[in-house]
Amino acid sequence: MIRVILPPHLRTLAKVGWEVELELEGQATQCSVLDALEARYPMLAGTIRDHVTQQRRPFLRFFACEQDLSHEPADAPLPEAVASGAEPFLIIGAIAGG
Amino acid sequence: MSSVRVLVGTRKGAFLLSADGKRGQWDISGPHFAGWEIYHVKGSPADPNRLYASQSSGWFGQTMQRSNDGGRTWEAVGNKFVYDGVPGTHQWYDGTPHPWEFKRVWHLEPSLTDPDTVYAGVEDAALFRSTDGGQTWQELSGLRGHGSGPRWQPGAGGMCLHTILLDPSSPGRIFIAISAAGAFRSDDAGQTWQPINRGLHSQYIPDPTAEVGHCVHRIAMHPSRPSVLFMQKHWDVMRSDNAGDSWQEVSGNLPTDFGFVIDVHAHEPETIYVVPIKSDSEHFPPDGKLRVYRSRSGGNEWEALTKGLPQSNCYVNVLRDAMAIDTLDPCGVYFGTTGGQVYASANGGDSWEPIARDLPAVLSVEVQTLS
Repeated sequence: MIRVILPPHLRTLAKVGWEVELELEGQATQCSVLDALEARYPMLAGTIRDHVTQQRRPFLRFFACEQDLSHEPADAPLPEAVASGAEPFLIIGAIAGG
Repeated sequence: MSSVRVLVGTRKGAFLLSADGKRGQWDISGPHFAGWEIYHVKGSPADPNRLYASQSSGWFGQTMQRSNDGGRTWEAVGNKFVYDGVPGTHQWYDGTPHPWEFKRVWHLEPSLTDPDTVYAGVEDAALFRSTDGGQTWQELSGLRGHGSGPRWQPGAGGMCLHTILLDPSSPGRIFIAISAAGAFRSDDAGQTWQPINRGLHSQYIPDPTAEVGHCVHRIAMHPSRPSVLFMQKHWDVMRSDNAGDSWQEVSGNLPTDFGFVIDVHAHEPETIYVVPIKSDSEHFPPDGKLRVYRSRSGGNEWEALTKGLPQSNCYVNVLRDAMAIDTLDPCGVYFGTTGGQVYASANGGDSWEPIARDLPAVLSVEVQTLS
């Protein structure tokens, strides 16, 4: 089980609470977590990564275990603590703008 | 008894303003989608409870919302806008080629007859259509494929397709406008297009009478006379009596020839409204006086409508999608400002009152007349 914490606006959009729990088959990577997230909450498709290029949106970052994973390859394994559900995978919006 | 519902899109959410047919007391609901930019909200003429909203954010991109109960509840629908084929390039501000990139939906135009069919005008300029209530979107790529696309260029606000007019008497006829490419017409339901810019004059483009390249801000029509079009462009108010085949200037005695909105009276096809704005850099009303101008002669002769509007120290703008007209008698006229006011007139513009004073900057105003 993977735990994902979304930024507040995406929680509202997906009509979910603080944390989302996802069952994942296979290795936990950024890509597989986001695939599972978008499959369960289709309204999130395109809001975290581009529909076509699958690139992370520039004002979002991925964190886990106090590490910035944003520039890790999308298919790189996530930390074991995330894969086991001990730590959440955080999607953070830039604190900027008007 | 009839009632009206005003749909307001702002920089930080959507607001719905409701009143009975007297239009004297207003209830405001919102913000819906608080914190998101709502470029446009519009209801289906075929089912007034069906609303569509364009919701976007610098962080999360474009999302789309649909309501089936007049805006009480909403559901997210499809947000995948992918250009058909290889999108190619348009001109960048400096004249160099720049790839087409989807940014946002500026304008939504529901079908006149089918609540599940809706058109979307997007930036970078293209026209999309959904026939399943907004779940999926397909580009009507004949517009970009017209051949002039490489010569289109963004206006200061981006290269947006902001106007979509559906001809009620000829289902295959669609008019659209793009800043800064100009106006286009399709007579086959959006498959093929032709530019309709003959008569437009834009003094600071390389060829002032070019086939494309004009910064059209808004087009309006009266449904009883769909071949008569009125246009507010960057420089000049124009009219066409032949479905856009040719245009003539009708700016007349307006205090400026610049502005964004233009609309037509519900029951008088020759009565039109604009809000003159000072350009090129200020973009607020001349002399700090917020004035709607009305022409009862289809242009050329204009009267200032000021009763109830601020006539000193007013420096707001009225953006291109921020005026609407209801179909009651007398018709109501509504417009929103970048200062967050929504003004309404229940008597065709003779007098005005603010029906919301302190909203976020208003991007769009639509109105539904409900029976």
